[in-house]
Amino acid sequence: MKFATDRKRVEGLGSSRTGTHHFWVMTVTSVALLVLTPLFLFSFGPLLGEPHDEVIAALSHPFRAVVTALMLIVGLHHFRLGVQVLIEDYVHGLARKISILVMTLVSYGMMAAGLIALAMIAL
Amino acid sequence: MADVNRGNRPLSPHLQIYRPQLNSMTSILNRITGNAMLVSALLIIWWLTAAATNAAYFEMADGILTSFVGDIVMTLSVLGLWYHALGGLRHLIWDTGRGLDVETADKMGWGMLIGSVALTFLTVIAI
Repeated sequence: MKFATDRKRVEGLGSSRTGTHHFWVMTVTSVALLVLTPLFLFSFGPLLGEPHDEVIAALSHPFRAVVTALMLIVGLHHFRLGVQVLIEDYVHGLARKISILVMTLVSYGMMAAGLIALAMIAL
Repeated sequence: MADVNRGNRPLSPHLQIYRPQLNSMTSILNRITGNAMLVSALLIIWWLTAAATNAAYFEMADGILTSFVGDIVMTLSVLGLWYHALGGLRHLIWDTGRGLDVETADKMGWGMLIGSVALTFLTVIAI
């Protein structure tokens, strides 16, 4: 038996049924990415074009590994939610649902591939 | 009678009606840069998995990412990343209720366009 009133159950949720959750996650991840982006660019960027053994040694450094891991996790979470909004604006009906599903799989797939590769290098 | 006029109501003006403005253009660019970063992410993650596989495969992937075309794609990725970061910063400022007047919004728009190019130069020189 539910003790919450009908009003309490729906207040603040709006038509999307999740209220401001999507907006708030985008806000939190965007603030995190403002810090992570310069750290990632200036610690990971110089590794492009370096010899293999130096790349392995550099990514085994805890700071670089943590920054890279966070960029993959937070960045692709933010990406997934952003692409969802893009799809919701331009794709309709069943194609919308399928597109959101596919892009969710792609986002988490990329995140997992990146993290596994990083773990194999850093650990 | 419920809704006898369905589908035959006047529409509110859409994109093609309005003159292009700095605000709409910078907003559209923010969306494009954010979603285009799919390509950047795919390339960087491919490079990472290549580094985790073996030296020979890494050489190949690294060669492509640092080739002439690779350099162009990576530089555009940095530009898009900085632009999107500044665009996100503008949204965070707007979310606090500040800078919503046209004058300030336009100033921040130019700040995004000029700032992202300046930060990209800085990044390319530094790394």
